[in-house]
Amino acid sequence: MSTNDWETVIGLEIHAQLATRSKIFSGSATAYGASPNAQANLVDLGYPGVLPVLNAEVVRMAVMFGLAVGASIAPRSVFARKNYFYPDLPKGYQISQFELPIVSQGSLDIVLDDGERKRIGITRAHLEEDAGKSMHEGLGKFTGIDLNRAGTPLVEIVSEPDMRSAKEAVAYLKKVHTLVRYLEICDGNMQEGSFRCDANVSVRKRGASEFGTRAEIKNINSFRYVEKAINYEVARQIDLLESGGKVVQETRLYDPDEGETRSMRSKEEANDYRYFPDPDLLPLEIDQAYIDQVRASLPELPDQKAARFSSSYGLSDYDAGVLTAGRDLADYFEATAAAIASSPPSAEHAKLAANWVSGALAAALNANNLEITASRISAPSLAALLRRIADNTISGKIAKDVFEEMWTSGREADAIIESKGLRQITDTGAIERAIDEVIAKSPAQLADYRAGKDKLFGYFVGQVMKATGGKANPAQLNELLKAKLIASPD
Amino acid sequence: MFKKTLAELARGLRAKEFSSVELTRALLKRIDESQPALNSVISITADSAMAAAAAADGQIAAGTAKPLTGLPVLHKDIFCTKGVRTTCGSRMLDNFVSPYDATVVARLRQAGMIMLGKANMDEFAMGSSNETSYFGAVKNPWNPALVPGGSSGGSAAAVAARLTPMATATDTGGSIRQPAALCGVTGIKPTYGRVSRYGMIAFASSLDQAGIIALTAEDAALVLNVMAGFDPHDSTSVDAPVPDYTATLGDSLQGLRIGIIQQFFDAGLDPAVAAAVRAALAVYEQLGATLVEVDLPALPLSVPTYYVVAPAEASSNLARFDGVRFGYRCQDPVNLEDLYKRSRGEGFGAEVKRRIMTGTYVLSAGYYDAYYLKAQRVRQLIAQDFARAFANVDVLVGPTTPTPAFALGAKTADPITMYLNDIYTIGANMAGLPALSIPCGFAAELPVGLQIIGAHFAEARLLNVAHQYQLATDWHRRVPLVWAE
Repeated sequence: MSTNDWETVIGLEIHAQLATRSKIFSGSATAYGASPNAQANLVDLGYPGVLPVLNAEVVRMAVMFGLAVGASIAPRSVFARKNYFYPDLPKGYQISQFELPIVSQGSLDIVLDDGERKRIGITRAHLEEDAGKSMHEGLGKFTGIDLNRAGTPLVEIVSEPDMRSAKEAVAYLKKVHTLVRYLEICDGNMQEGSFRCDANVSVRKRGASEFGTRAEIKNINSFRYVEKAINYEVARQIDLLESGGKVVQETRLYDPDEGETRSMRSKEEANDYRYFPDPDLLPLEIDQAYIDQVRASLPELPDQKAARFSSSYGLSDYDAGVLTAGRDLADYFEATAAAIASSPPSAEHAKLAANWVSGALAAALNANNLEITASRISAPSLAALLRRIADNTISGKIAKDVFEEMWTSGREADAIIESKGLRQITDTGAIERAIDEVIAKSPAQLADYRAGKDKLFGYFVGQVMKATGGKANPAQLNELLKAKLIASPD
Repeated sequence: MFKKTLAELARGLRAKEFSSVELTRALLKRIDESQPALNSVISITADSAMAAAAAADGQIAAGTAKPLTGLPVLHKDIFCTKGVRTTCGSRMLDNFVSPYDATVVARLRQAGMIMLGKANMDEFAMGSSNETSYFGAVKNPWNPALVPGGSSGGSAAAVAARLTPMATATDTGGSIRQPAALCGVTGIKPTYGRVSRYGMIAFASSLDQAGIIALTAEDAALVLNVMAGFDPHDSTSVDAPVPDYTATLGDSLQGLRIGIIQQFFDAGLDPAVAAAVRAALAVYEQLGATLVEVDLPALPLSVPTYYVVAPAEASSNLARFDGVRFGYRCQDPVNLEDLYKRSRGEGFGAEVKRRIMTGTYVLSAGYYDAYYLKAQRVRQLIAQDFARAFANVDVLVGPTTPTPAFALGAKTADPITMYLNDIYTIGANMAGLPALSIPCGFAAELPVGLQIIGAHFAEARLLNVAHQYQLATDWHRRVPLVWAE
């Protein structure tokens, strides 16, 4: 049997940390990186007698997410206690939502390799508090507990088992990642753990209607690891089944150093969480007026924006997709395109801006590990450069050099063009003179060209460009050169 | 001085008949001397009390005093008190000094009251006799061989012995009313949500309610005026205006419709207790009230329902006592599991462990629907019974307990017998209703409590009904002989 005989089934549980200033049930700050326990008050520490009070901002953010994925918002949702003992869980229970989550039955579309769209169902999204962290390093035989993270608001987004490959899982994960950052409800930082995911993975014979036994993989904190961990797990399960074994339902941990998943605990060892409604918190009631108010505050969503970029600017689906991957990137693109000449920009200017933002600028940002918001070249400055391409002051090739100079020196495009004399030569006479000189110096090549070696045309272009310092207008050069080469010698 | 009610003491302070320092010193001495006989307190906060009393005298002299400035209060040791040991009657918190004040404590402090100390109680408020306290049983001031009731046994015994005119208390299934009845004092459990639970160590969060044990309904009204009200720290506290509970105490009872709960006059009711209650009802008729028989068919289910809901919530509420951050930690744990098992095994007493185990069981996979979910449905039925009754009557009246105080040790071997002590009180907790108990006579020389239950937020009505009775009778003035001097 080969891998092709098996079908992979994947569902993701994504934990997105909500970008509130204070915790879900207490007034402590949620900022990352504070010294241990500096951001843990008596409520976070689970002191005797303290009570939780729900942060309204958390509700608003969850409702935003729900509306953005076309889900229903529960008019009444209930916080429940998930009971288990662990030192970084101060109360001995986590406040979560169980039977009645705030968001249910939404979906997101992903684009597959062949360009087809696929709809991934979102079963539910519920609110819960994060636990703290255990620290094992530098404390000898002791374990330290840092409760700064305890009580940080999370929305857990549970998908349907709708994905059929690691690639699809990554596409869906990226889609959610883009969405939560568009909504500004999560900073999406995977390294700091603000956005993390567990994957439920199983395999079954192609054509089978029943799902196979699944394993839940935890601790996958980058897009790359999601793909690797799932692929490893799929191969492991197929190997196991083909060699006559059985997949056991269990929780497995992904080890990025070894590139493998390892068993953490089996189903038999799993806790009985004894969920029950938290009597310290009243059921959360949300009315239609509130939902309407949140809906009115929603920004343009990634898919809507991409569709608009395609229809208004004539961008390809691919370009539109790339430029809408982040809200700041899309804003930068639009600001650039509109500042070249006119707002709204022409299709030609939009395409020019699209190429440069997703090309040279993206490369420079990437090389310097910068976010678009920290770009050394502002949108108006980039537009000023593109304006000089559009009006034929400089060629695209020269513009690359100007761009480099702008990036390193911070100077404006026009100043660089003037001071370095980079203005394109559009004077027909000057270009003709340069052509004549090159032809005069290249009798052998001329003869060959006229004898039929068309490829030598490039040689002449190169020589003329060299002679003009790259400033000859390429279109004019082509036209004039063709005429001169064909013309018979006087 | 020590026999005076809170209202009388307030007038005395204002008239400069005595100072808060004199009053506080006298009561602290009385508490100290009573300890070997009653064991009603766990901590005495003499130094801070004397300092606060001196400050109160200054305010009284300067004319800046509030109505309760300089008056004493004893706090049940379930309320967190900043900088003061807060044990909840448990070895688990023997060493716990709270870093903050419960809202109830803070409000009474801001009102100018002087904290004398912390009252003894059943461990984590789990008990009906005060015998589960890690700090030893409290004795009944009427007879030291008998229990004072629980879980607020220390609060009730201290008020009955006139060690303090008033104490805070909490009631989850009768823990204010039952000891108030057994000690012959006045105790009120307000509507669930009327008083903040913040800083009150949780037993069963959906049932717990803070309240007052005092000598009279008038005194309870004075204190409830400052204790009640919305607290942004407690999501289950109700954001509704607080009336002046003293304003309506004098209202006539002419035309009052009193419902007599048939289910309370059952076979388990001591005939002498029944006689005292019937006599009290006759007093109410003389005051102009009409009596109506009321049927609450689901009420007999309240005890078994309670012993599913309360332990379930307790099993979760008490999970935080794990030896990691505060409280008791076992010696030299070898690993995490050992730390958990021995810290909790050694830190909790038998009754607390019994309820944690019961609660864990009823919430477990496969049992949740049959126990916890069903109990919540029965709770709805009980609440509906009450709601129907209040469509026809103003208050419901009956005995607080089936019997007067019983002997120490008499019921400790059989938890079920002990649990049945709360058979008449649990219903009000199940439905979240306000209820109070006032002394209404004696059975075999032991006080009998009359329970009055009201509709939600009808505290003013309850206190009015109790006050009018206390104007017509003097049971609340009776002092146990040995504590009369």
